Amino acid sequence: MTEITLIDAINQALHYEMHADKDVIVLGEDIGINGGVFRATRGLFEKFGAERVLDTPLAESMIAGLSIGMATQGLKPVAEFQFMGFSYPALDQIINHAARLRNRTRGRLHCPLVFRMPYGAGIHAPEHHSESTEAIFSHIPGLRVVVPSSPARAYGLLLAAIRDPDPVIFLEPTRLYRLNRQKVPDTGVALPLDQSFLLREGNDLTLISWGAMLRETLLAADALLQKGLSAEVIDVATLKPLDCDTLVFSLEKTGRCVIIHEAARFCGVGAEIAAQLSEKAFFSLKAPIQRVTGYDVTVPYAQLEKQYLPSVERIINVVDQTLGFA
Amino acid sequence: MREVSQSSITYSNFLNAAGELTQSLPSFASQDALISLYQHMLLTRLFDLKAINLQRIGKLNTYASSLGQEAVSVGIGASMDKEDVFCPYYRDYGAQLMRGVKMSEILSFWKGDERGNCFSKCENDFSICVPIATQLLHATGVATAFKLRKQKRVVVTSCGDGATSEGDFYEALNIAGVWQLPVVFVINNNQWAISLPLDAQTHAKTLAQKAIAAGISGEQVDGNDVVAVKFVVDRAIAKARVGNGPSVIEALTYRLGDHTTADDANGYRSQDKYGEVLQQAWKEEPLLRLRRYLFEKKYWSEAEEEQLKKRYHATIEMAVAEYLALPKPTITDLFDYHYATLPADLSEQRIEAEALFRLHEIGKE
Repeated sequence: MTEITLIDAINQALHYEMHADKDVIVLGEDIGINGGVFRATRGLFEKFGAERVLDTPLAESMIAGLSIGMATQGLKPVAEFQFMGFSYPALDQIINHAARLRNRTRGRLHCPLVFRMPYGAGIHAPEHHSESTEAIFSHIPGLRVVVPSSPARAYGLLLAAIRDPDPVIFLEPTRLYRLNRQKVPDTGVALPLDQSFLLREGNDLTLISWGAMLRETLLAADALLQKGLSAEVIDVATLKPLDCDTLVFSLEKTGRCVIIHEAARFCGVGAEIAAQLSEKAFFSLKAPIQRVTGYDVTVPYAQLEKQYLPSVERIINVVDQTLGFA
Repeated sequence: MREVSQSSITYSNFLNAAGELTQSLPSFASQDALISLYQHMLLTRLFDLKAINLQRIGKLNTYASSLGQEAVSVGIGASMDKEDVFCPYYRDYGAQLMRGVKMSEILSFWKGDERGNCFSKCENDFSICVPIATQLLHATGVATAFKLRKQKRVVVTSCGDGATSEGDFYEALNIAGVWQLPVVFVINNNQWAISLPLDAQTHAKTLAQKAIAAGISGEQVDGNDVVAVKFVVDRAIAKARVGNGPSVIEALTYRLGDHTTADDANGYRSQDKYGEVLQQAWKEEPLLRLRRYLFEKKYWSEAEEEQLKKRYHATIEMAVAEYLALPKPTITDLFDYHYATLPADLSEQRIEAEALFRLHEIGKE
């Protein structure tokens, strides 16, 4: 079996589920004949045709509203927003309708749909192509927010997202799209949508992250190993609903925790995790819960994005402070 | 220079304000059909008056009236098949009632009870959409599903004149045009979007012409003439059903009441400036003209009217009683409909909320 990238794994999951379930419809801008700007949907148009792979006009609110209408009829739209920064015109439809329809009709109508979007900085993209605003979606009752960080998890989580009967925001870290390869058996086995993944076991502290920042987080853990310290590394993976149990379990073991995300710090998902951990694991804490995040500034253009994103050094610096508490 | 595009907007009317025919009636307009249209409008009017009354005595929260909008809504309701889908805005009780939505459900919605959207006898229609124009996109999505599945079903969606300034309005018309979707957009142009009159909403001569930019047909109809509304909606639905694409219908009406019961139109629609316009609008309202016509033709009489009103009052009172008897929603309803399966974190909050509520109830005993 050949090893595939994260973007290949997404493509593989889409192929699998479109083949398995004729109600799955893929739609978005440039996703058909062009196969998507990142090629996530390549080959689908040729294989499943123009009736199931819909190239849409350039209108994000329309893509969302249309998907909602389709979903109420039992179709399972998997819509792509070209970049997270272009999803904002659709927020009205996502927040006011997709997230609420089941609740406001007391279950009569619901929205089995997925909004996929490439997100995050670090690929020298133009302005508005580097957003990491997962907190906006995570704040909204009725949504699920999922972020894969490896080819295998991208495959299993996307399958789960498509099969879920409720709206899922599926955030794809562009920096990881082609960074690593992995064998991903095309078995159609989904991963759970409400669980975090323990990537590495350790005893001295817990590193919590998701998406592209897991790369730096794992490198920081490697560096710690060289100093004889073992870090437990957790991929949160599903930001909403949050699998706090896995995080608490780890913190009860290590007593120390650093949360790493590339989104701005203020009201970031890290703040929610820190709050929940301080509520649920207070007596296990040997040090304050710390965060290494993007600064509270607009995501910079390409020239400064390296300075904006948490680096391995910044992580280690904060980890050292955390370990320094007696 | 040469002309590359030409377009025009037509206006349809059969019955004028005096209840006289302006052209011969369409073939569907038998005596029975006309009486039925009138009866549905009357029921809608009486229900609406009751709802306003309930709000005034504190038994309903903010309510949006359909006064003067009955012909548009009943025209839509009379044109649609049961298996079609309706994505309404909030002045379409006429069509909703005809399609099986219960009065008690409409009242529950306006009492702040989500159960009012869980239609027991109209399972496929969307419930009233509060954000403006967003429902037009849902309609295009439903229509896409029908088209992909090769079903001969049609979606009708409605909005007000204010909605035609929203981005979603244009995005909906655009996709409906490009994909030739089986959808009919009905704009209830009642001249007011809360306090904003039409001339401050748009510089376009008609709202129907907005369809032309999307490459789809648009037309105006007298929205106070239920015969004309049904005639044009019938035609648009028939066209959509055979795969000939979407239509935009601009129905011209006048909002006779306030925007909602929380609004006082006198603040922006003064007697000084709008007194005559309002007086004229009352002369043009939809029930009056059809009643005149029916009376004139001896299809309908004062006695039948009184008898029917009595029957409708009884129907409405029964519905109100049913609505008032509905037990309050329970605290767990807060949580139970957000996801197909309650996530663990929400389950924790549910348990906590229920326990606190019970404790509070015990404290009161």
